Amino acid sequence: MARHVVAAVGDIKPGEKKLVTVKGREIGVFNVNGEFFALANRCPHAGGPMCEGYIVPLVAPGKPGEYKLTRNNEFIRCPWHGWEFEIRTGQSWCDPKDLKIRQFKVAVEPGQELVKGPYVAETFQVTVEADYVVIDL
Amino acid sequence: MNAPVLEKSLQQRLAIVDCDIHPDQKSPATLAAYMPERWREHAKTFGLRSRQGLVGQLTHPRMMANGRRADSFPPDGSPAGSDLGFMRKQHLDPNGVEVGMLVALGRNGMEEQNQDFATVLARAVNDWQIEEWVKPEPRLRAGIIVTQENPQEAVAEIERCAPNSSFRQVIISPRTTEPLGRRRYWPIFEAAERAGLPIGLHPAGASGGFPSTGSGWPTYYLQEHYSFETGMQGVLASLVFEGVFERFPKLRVCFIESGFTWVPAVCWRMDKHWERMRKEVPHLTRPPSEYVREHFWFATQPIEEPEHPHHLADMIGWIGWDRLVFSTDYPHWDFDDPRYTFKINLTERQRAMIFRENAKALYGLQ
Repeated sequence: MARHVVAAVGDIKPGEKKLVTVKGREIGVFNVNGEFFALANRCPHAGGPMCEGYIVPLVAPGKPGEYKLTRNNEFIRCPWHGWEFEIRTGQSWCDPKDLKIRQFKVAVEPGQELVKGPYVAETFQVTVEADYVVIDL
Repeated sequence: MNAPVLEKSLQQRLAIVDCDIHPDQKSPATLAAYMPERWREHAKTFGLRSRQGLVGQLTHPRMMANGRRADSFPPDGSPAGSDLGFMRKQHLDPNGVEVGMLVALGRNGMEEQNQDFATVLARAVNDWQIEEWVKPEPRLRAGIIVTQENPQEAVAEIERCAPNSSFRQVIISPRTTEPLGRRRYWPIFEAAERAGLPIGLHPAGASGGFPSTGSGWPTYYLQEHYSFETGMQGVLASLVFEGVFERFPKLRVCFIESGFTWVPAVCWRMDKHWERMRKEVPHLTRPPSEYVREHFWFATQPIEEPEHPHHLADMIGWIGWDRLVFSTDYPHWDFDDPRYTFKINLTERQRAMIFRENAKALYGLQ
């Protein structure tokens, strides 16, 4: 297990995502309203590159003909078959019991702590002034 | 831990025949290069006039990226499926495509109302497939697009193209002006049989101007997509009951992107009624299901996903393990990845048949 610095906090704004590679694994890092989550870039339904999909709100049920958009930026929709997953839990909306995207432990840590090491940051200059998104893997 | 990894890598190494790849043109101008000046002018002045009310758009808005995989657009932003290099990199190479069958939907002779223009469009799209896809990429094979509503020209186009062995099937719209088994279409079947080429039927965006369901236009794309299956049931019954296979005993038909688990149920029902009412169709000498078993093939995508995956094996058994051919539908949104398509364990033999051998036998692939 090592701490991998994958982005500066300011690099991924709320509602945005970033695809990173940690130990050869493709991982999508998401900012959901200020909280960070990390999900494997592989859709558990049929193998699609999950994190290349769209970040979407949930279209909630209403009466027929009524559309309600809720929970903005909380779901990712696979670019292939459109399966929706809750970014926070990795759970599928249609089949929450059986389908879940693999999650990785992610945290925000201040540069001040990180520079003491040890950490892995291949593409970053870690400075004491900023906060960073860190994946443990 | 090691065993599944090994199995997966074996699957990946298995070369596949993909029976449904959709190439697209970079722009409408792409096909102009394959048309005489008179029709280039026509295309510029009038554009296409497809067999539906809405020109330049689909009958139903697609839920995603205009019906494409959201990741399938080449880096320069050109249409999905229009860049051979990107197709190689995203699909042909990583998915082990040994042979890919092109199904050129969109701008072509099948859906154009102006029949003279349709003939020119069909020729153009056929020449374009050879020049810009098959010649630079020998893994690909073309399908002869013809104007099914103008059988005389369709036959001429089959005869023009068939000597080139890169064309491995004849493609027409299954949503014809009359049900496909009617005699006005028989010259096409005769020409295809003579050329030894199967007929490939793929539901297209337009539907000949008819509603895509028997009870009118569906509201949602969800319904429209489902109508691929019910529409094809009508096509299958028409081909069988009109006696097409009595008249053309060597004709072979492949249903592409039309589902397949419905086939046994339709066959059971047709047989049951034939036993009671066969006098109405004395030209049929055998139960309807036997024509289906002998003359039809089915492409797998979009794979059916029963609640208990093992039921899929039963259903394939009822149709025939030799009658399913693998397809991805690249680059469309409902693409099936060959590694994850089957959620059941296939035997090595079954896998080889569905992913490769059945298609090679059907299309005479070397």
